[in-house]
Amino acid sequence: MSILVYIEQAEGKVKKTSLEAVSFAAALSAQTGEGEVIAVALGTVDSSELTAVGKAGAAKVLHADDARLTAGVIQAHAAAVAQAFASVGAKTLVLAKSSLGDAVAARLAIKLNAGLVSNVVELPNTSGGYLVKRSIYTGKAFAESSITTENKILAVKKNAVDLKTDGADAAVEKISVNLSDSDFASKITSTDRATGEILLPEADIVVSGGRGLKGPENWGMLEDLAKVLGAATGCSKPVSDIGWRPHHEHVGQTGVKVAPSLYIAIGISGAIQHLAGVNSSKCIVVINKDPEAPFFKAADYGIVGDAFEVVPKLTEALKAEL
Amino acid sequence: MKILVCITHVPDTTSKIQFTANNTKFDTTGVQFIIGPYDDYALARAVELRDQTGGTLTALNVGEAETEPTLRKSLAIGADDAIRVNSFPKDSFFVAKQIAHYAKEGGYDLILMGRESIDFNGGMVHGMVGELLGMPSFSPVMKLEVDGTTVKMAREIEGGKEQLEAQLPLIAGCQEPIAEWKIPNMRGIMSARTKPLKVVEPVSQETQAEATSFQLPPAKGSVKLIDKDNVAELVKLLKNEAKVL
Repeated sequence: MSILVYIEQAEGKVKKTSLEAVSFAAALSAQTGEGEVIAVALGTVDSSELTAVGKAGAAKVLHADDARLTAGVIQAHAAAVAQAFASVGAKTLVLAKSSLGDAVAARLAIKLNAGLVSNVVELPNTSGGYLVKRSIYTGKAFAESSITTENKILAVKKNAVDLKTDGADAAVEKISVNLSDSDFASKITSTDRATGEILLPEADIVVSGGRGLKGPENWGMLEDLAKVLGAATGCSKPVSDIGWRPHHEHVGQTGVKVAPSLYIAIGISGAIQHLAGVNSSKCIVVINKDPEAPFFKAADYGIVGDAFEVVPKLTEALKAEL
Repeated sequence: MKILVCITHVPDTTSKIQFTANNTKFDTTGVQFIIGPYDDYALARAVELRDQTGGTLTALNVGEAETEPTLRKSLAIGADDAIRVNSFPKDSFFVAKQIAHYAKEGGYDLILMGRESIDFNGGMVHGMVGELLGMPSFSPVMKLEVDGTTVKMAREIEGGKEQLEAQLPLIAGCQEPIAEWKIPNMRGIMSARTKPLKVVEPVSQETQAEATSFQLPPAKGSVKLIDKDNVAELVKLLKNEAKVL
């Protein structure tokens, strides 16, 4: 028996969220006795990256080194993972919630006749039934879902478990998967991804700006702060709507939902739709000149003051400290 | 082209979330229900495509009788007719089974819905329907153009987007900025009253992962304010108290 983890890669590197999914599977296996954790990686990936998946808790990595799979073609990835699942005789598939992960998991739920729960926030309760705690209402509540099928799929939210880093190297085994042309019938014609940046949905620290910053030309100080912290930058909906920042930086109900350890909101009033995107953050810092800004009610720490004064000072203070 | 757009009936984004019946039911007291915001984008794009290419647009919802005003609103916005599958939407699998059945029966070329419902946020129904029908599925789709049988899409990925090309029939889970939300006008509202709304029964009762209980997050403590001239104090607190640096 084993637990299979579908790991994603970007530019040859395994995503950190996928490593978290591996650690989640390792903790799950320790609880249920489902045996070793086996990861499956698709497409061209650096071999050192694959052995390092062991550190997060995998015993073995199956690698379908097929260049056609390097891009995330949804149908083809679902077909490949289904084959790996069958070949290792797993009953449980774990993956990180993501743009590609969600799309692939949904198809796998049908292929594998597996009960699927998404946005999983902690290890399931397996004493008796199989109850999985998930985040719902965009982080405003939790539900316990009961999986009743033999096969199970868990799409895990960021920070559901601590990332394990002390495992041994994983054995890498090349596998070939049987894919037909129809699996590649849809084509990814181009990919436009911010490179060399810390990606917002996966970031451990996020620095976000709102209309209080007055214009796109003032984002420099926010970027300086983000750089010192190794943070990703985000923004409120009005800011992306008026085009000061790209849409993929929009944090909120209808944008990216983040779950970082630290979220710093600068010049954002804290409309309920914005809070919905950040309420899974461990710690929230709000900087706003309006002491009545609703965001302060959702914050752990706050500074009432002009962002143009406070932010550069904060950057300097952090530089001195870190 | 025959288009199906699937609509969720969900609490307004500003709703206070509470539960009743020993935390097993959502408390609808004082809650305003709306078309899911992502479904609203899908519907708006579907109306544009129907107007552009001709053909028909059907709106579908899996829900009990109280969801009909939401479905009527989608008729007011521009759907030609509507189908309500008469059941509480028990889980993603249950909903996908109903949609797949009625979508197959209707022979739609394009099936659109929101990337996720804003109540359960699963974002799984489009992919499940795709697999059940043997159609490709894409989500979250932020641009969708139809040219003959070729569909050009942009799909959001972490930190950017990818451009895709696929053939009809297909399914897409939509999000902004695929289209601007449409507000129904008076003519739309009047005509929605007489547009056909068919009520059908669920084709299967099978579920795989039903929610059995709910809980609210622990209450947040009050904010600790730090003087704007003492930012070093904030750094200390983040490091030593919150331990996030």
